[in-house]
Amino acid sequence: MRFKAKPIFPGKVRGEVLYTEEPITFLGGVDPETGKITESGHELEGKSLRGKILVFPSAKGSTVGSYTIYGLKVHGNSPLAMICSKTNPVIAIGAVMAKIPLLEFKDIEKLKKAREVIIQEEWIEIVG
Amino acid sequence: MYLTKEEERILSGEEGEERKWAMETIVALGEVFGAERLVKISSSQVSGVSPKTIGKYGLKFLRRIRNAKVSVLTTLNPCGVDLKRKEEFPKDFVKEQEEILEIYKGMGILPSCTCTPYLVGNTPSFGEVISWAESSAVVFANSVLGARTNREGGPSALASAIIGKTPEYGLIIEEEREPQVLVKVKTDLNDEAEFGALGYSLGKLLKDEIPLIDLGNRRRMTLEEHKQLGAGIATSSEISIYHVKGQTPEALRKEMNPTEKIEIGEEEINQVFEEFSESENGPLVVGCPHMTLREAEEAKRFRGKVLAYASRCVASLVKESENFKIYGDTCMVVSPLREMGIEEVLTPSVKAAFYMRNLSGIRVSLIRKREALNEIQG
Repeated sequence: MRFKAKPIFPGKVRGEVLYTEEPITFLGGVDPETGKITESGHELEGKSLRGKILVFPSAKGSTVGSYTIYGLKVHGNSPLAMICSKTNPVIAIGAVMAKIPLLEFKDIEKLKKAREVIIQEEWIEIVG
Repeated sequence: MYLTKEEERILSGEEGEERKWAMETIVALGEVFGAERLVKISSSQVSGVSPKTIGKYGLKFLRRIRNAKVSVLTTLNPCGVDLKRKEEFPKDFVKEQEEILEIYKGMGILPSCTCTPYLVGNTPSFGEVISWAESSAVVFANSVLGARTNREGGPSALASAIIGKTPEYGLIIEEEREPQVLVKVKTDLNDEAEFGALGYSLGKLLKDEIPLIDLGNRRRMTLEEHKQLGAGIATSSEISIYHVKGQTPEALRKEMNPTEKIEIGEEEINQVFEEFSESENGPLVVGCPHMTLREAEEAKRFRGKVLAYASRCVASLVKESENFKIYGDTCMVVSPLREMGIEEVLTPSVKAAFYMRNLSGIRVSLIRKREALNEIQG
């Protein structure tokens, strides 16, 4: 199955999906030095973003989050790519600075059961 | 997006690498959000100041663009250190902080070091277009002052400050500021901490829908209550504006008829206090967002150990005592509190509670201000 999305920062990658329907706080919610989600009570708490294709609805909280996304990249812990249903300036500029492919895709629930996807330009393809 | 000749020239790098980076950044934003053009801004507020939040990677990035100059009034978020008592902070941390501040100052940014720029004179009026980072200040500027800004990230606010423009999208546009949901508040809120809890709860419920809040016949909200409400909403969502029926400037100027309607009551408010209830003791930590003079004067009356945070401007006017300490330039979220020996705290600010727990691993309880007063006096 293939879906059309809006590329914010395009790229071509294939990877395992890490899916959540809860918004993510980058500053304070993700540790750039380990790549893990640290927000207490978040459904992905303790999970690592590293090497994954992170699928999430939106980013909440601090405007320093752009630097956190960049920090994930610098520490080698960044996700391969990110897909969000609604983008905002904090994640858009974070993705551009860190050169992490970012797509906006309104119906992320269509990816809920996907284990693996390929992202290419404006396309998301479920391959597993 | 349409660019003027001058903007094209900056984009091509004719005015240097730093201005090229800044223009690329705001043009990228404009393209993402479908802006048609760039518009002038009157001020900027830049976040990403403490080594604790931007890390070594943030400093590395800033070093690369250190020769840039801002072209509008630009103020700075709190840093990680009280600059008048550096000796209380870890040495390496202070050193890193000083370099970050030097870079920002070199760009022409005023080292205001506060998350409440609107209290120290970076105060836009109704309808003014600005480009601010610092989520709580963004919500305050939009909702209470009626100025217009999106919730920019630290780097994009900096890029806008350098160019003096922002793409015309989102909350810059009048129609995008309309509320979608009417929120009827079914309980009497009488404590600033409860307004923070209302904001936090609303953010979780609405995620990105703009609320029109109906408080019934309640008296007018104070500035301090707005500060907590906005900081709470910003913490749990990406909502960057709210309206209060009969109170906030846009709600006063025009009829607002959101299509959805929800109710929120005591139960939802109490849930937030339960979510943050891990500590019994510890100092009372206040001043998130930074305190007004009125709050600082009130906080002096608390007994027990109080750590207060404010802009330098407010902090320098307020007298300390044995149990009341007020820090300027910094705050409980961006300073290395844990490294300074603090493991559990009480606070009336939901934003501070969220970040102290998640960013610093401190045990936190959110308490009502009146509770704190009683507890400490009683």
